Amino acid sequence: MTATATSARSDLSELGRSETALRTFLHGLPGVDQVGAEQRAAQLGTRSIKTTAKAQAIDLAIRMVDLTTLEGADTPGKVRALAAKALRPDPADPSCPHVGAVCVYPAMVPHVAEVLRGSGVHLASVATAFPSGQAPLEIKLADTRAAVAAGADEIDMVINRGAFLAGRYKEVYDEIVATKEACGDAHLKVILETGELATYDNVRRASWLAMLAGGDFIKTSTGKVPVAATPPVTLVMLEAVRDFRAATGRQVGVKPAGGIKTTKDAIKYLVMVNETVGPDWLDPDWFRFGASSLLNDLLMQRTKLTTGVYAGPDYFTLD
Amino acid sequence: MFEYAPAPESRSVVDIKPSYGLFVDGKFVDPTDGGSFKSINPASEEVLAEIAEAGSQDVDRAVRAARQAYEKVWGPMPGRDRAKYLYRIARIIQERSRELAVLESLDNGKPIKESRDVDVPLVAAHFFYYAGWADKLEHAGFGPNPRSLGVAAQVIPWNFPLLMLAWKIAPALAAGNTVVLKPAETTPLTALLFAEICQQADLPAGVVNIVTGAGETGRALVEHPGVDKVAFTGSTEVGKAIARAVAGTRKKLTLELGGKAANIVFDDAPVDQAVEGIVNGIFFNQGHVCCAGSRLLIQESVADRVLESLKRRMAQLRVGDPLDKNTDIGAINSAAQLARIRELSEAGSAEGAERWSPPCELPDRGFWFAPTIFTGVTQAHRIAREEIFGPVLSVLTFRTPAEAVEKANNTPYGLSAGIWTDKGSRILWMADRLRAGVVWANTFNKFDPTSPFGGYKESGYGREGGRHGLEAYLNV
Repeated sequence: MTATATSARSDLSELGRSETALRTFLHGLPGVDQVGAEQRAAQLGTRSIKTTAKAQAIDLAIRMVDLTTLEGADTPGKVRALAAKALRPDPADPSCPHVGAVCVYPAMVPHVAEVLRGSGVHLASVATAFPSGQAPLEIKLADTRAAVAAGADEIDMVINRGAFLAGRYKEVYDEIVATKEACGDAHLKVILETGELATYDNVRRASWLAMLAGGDFIKTSTGKVPVAATPPVTLVMLEAVRDFRAATGRQVGVKPAGGIKTTKDAIKYLVMVNETVGPDWLDPDWFRFGASSLLNDLLMQRTKLTTGVYAGPDYFTLD
Repeated sequence: MFEYAPAPESRSVVDIKPSYGLFVDGKFVDPTDGGSFKSINPASEEVLAEIAEAGSQDVDRAVRAARQAYEKVWGPMPGRDRAKYLYRIARIIQERSRELAVLESLDNGKPIKESRDVDVPLVAAHFFYYAGWADKLEHAGFGPNPRSLGVAAQVIPWNFPLLMLAWKIAPALAAGNTVVLKPAETTPLTALLFAEICQQADLPAGVVNIVTGAGETGRALVEHPGVDKVAFTGSTEVGKAIARAVAGTRKKLTLELGGKAANIVFDDAPVDQAVEGIVNGIFFNQGHVCCAGSRLLIQESVADRVLESLKRRMAQLRVGDPLDKNTDIGAINSAAQLARIRELSEAGSAEGAERWSPPCELPDRGFWFAPTIFTGVTQAHRIAREEIFGPVLSVLTFRTPAEAVEKANNTPYGLSAGIWTDKGSRILWMADRLRAGVVWANTFNKFDPTSPFGGYKESGYGREGGRHGLEAYLNV
């Protein structure tokens, strides 16, 4: 590590103390050229992943799925079924790995916790007045504490986009710090809601802000606004975690969420991780897919690779 | 680790004949004196086909066929009818794109992802674009009723065999000329497949003639008295010889020659995209690109950071089988070119520049060169002055914009340049001062049939592409 990087390391912890320091730092990050970033993401999407590489990628992608249901209509029965599926995605094939986590609303956490206990599958809960984040801070923090108390070991919070877009970076920073504290030992995933951030420059700044404030993961989207995860947004976030580790030594995970429905899409993301940040991130501890229907497509492709034929959708359990 | 399994494109999609004749007057014919040479796959050194070598009599026959077609058929034909043939050719190129891409990669060594995603789509786009001009020449800005020239002699290089053919043939035919084209001796196969496409399109005999051979064939063609126009893309050395040969004749000449482009990165550049642009600038097509960004000028305050990112990115480049869909860098086109790249790289080390390549395994057979950068290069080094035409980048630094301009322009060439900065005003300021035919801003090696391309100084004269590209084939 060079002298510049070491001195940067000590400087970064001080940034959160002042609005000016945060602004100066975030606006001093190198810009993102939109055309170039989109072109690179598209290029990575043309990699051809076949045979053994495909089998390996599918199993890895299954292990990275945050199997998610975030509906008003969720019931204890439904989330228990989802949790059971998370443990044994393909009941017919014991060699099929379990998913990374189950992701639900705080009220559903106790029901999922019963099923997952001791399984190694993480239990993620959205919190902080998901998806809008439009609630007073005390309520967001209480929401977080309740989810953790009920058994969640990962918290997916939303940032205050209004404050971020208005340039009140310290407010966003302080909220993340407070939420992280409310999490206790639980991992904190910070949802940037990139579909509302408008530019890749903002995505890069929000990524750094979330990491500086102590986020363990940065996540693209809630899945509740029209634009969710896209390859170029994920690329910019991967570059951010790569550069953040180079500057601070701390590794932060990335979770694209929303809109990733097919094995083909998932593999494109894995290629992007592989060629942007490398094998250190090719692990469910450092990269997750926030998805629901993706898992069945992965299972269908997995069955096709092992048996040589496609099974109909009726052979895979409904979420 | 995530290892990509081999993903080879099938070579059985293309049918390579054991031998090819010359394409003269709509037919494949044997050369008069029966000479031939072999075209090999540079990735394996396997012989692909036996190719006829055209002597001066064959060239004469081709020029006479072109003249007759010009006078009897193509010259008098209304523009809208010429357009129909060009559109038909463009569509057949699209239909046979996979075949053309595989053949191009086999004969040239370039990765299939480039022949498939860049070369062949641009070839079709060029024919479509110039087809559109064929019946609108009086609106091209060259006055009323612009006239064609006659017979065009066209000599093209081996780096983009089919694309250079398209750059030459499409505007020539759209403007009403007929052509005799000589492809490079190491990469004649796609031109010969193009000849079959001309037959398939029912293009009148003699409008396109293809004579294969090496330097002597090219010389016979450009010196032929029956030729009205000479168009050449290739080395500056040969370009100068051609300029001397046609001096004092009525022949109109356009030359697209070498380059030693500066790719200039300022401290406010979008670093990740600039690194992609640097990689694309010098490693695209193994660096066998006349407009390659072969000199990287980095503002000194960000030099370490950019170089670190560049090296990390270079370690991701996949060198190997050109037909593998995941290959980024294919084979060097010929043993002779490989020898030249090696010689200049050794000169770089000998003159004190620091050489670096990522760890990469090269195949045992065929012609290969690992992606390489030299740091600590000065303007006085040979690797900063001479065109290497390979995957070798010379890195220099600068302090002020004025110094960047001075260094960028300090070359006998002037084909292209790249600027990387977030400041729009600086892009314009730089573009005004760079003596280069193409200046790319926050991108590199972007091509489009609507955009003129050509050089300053020893990079040649005349423009290809766009409305400007018509001028070379019109009597204006």
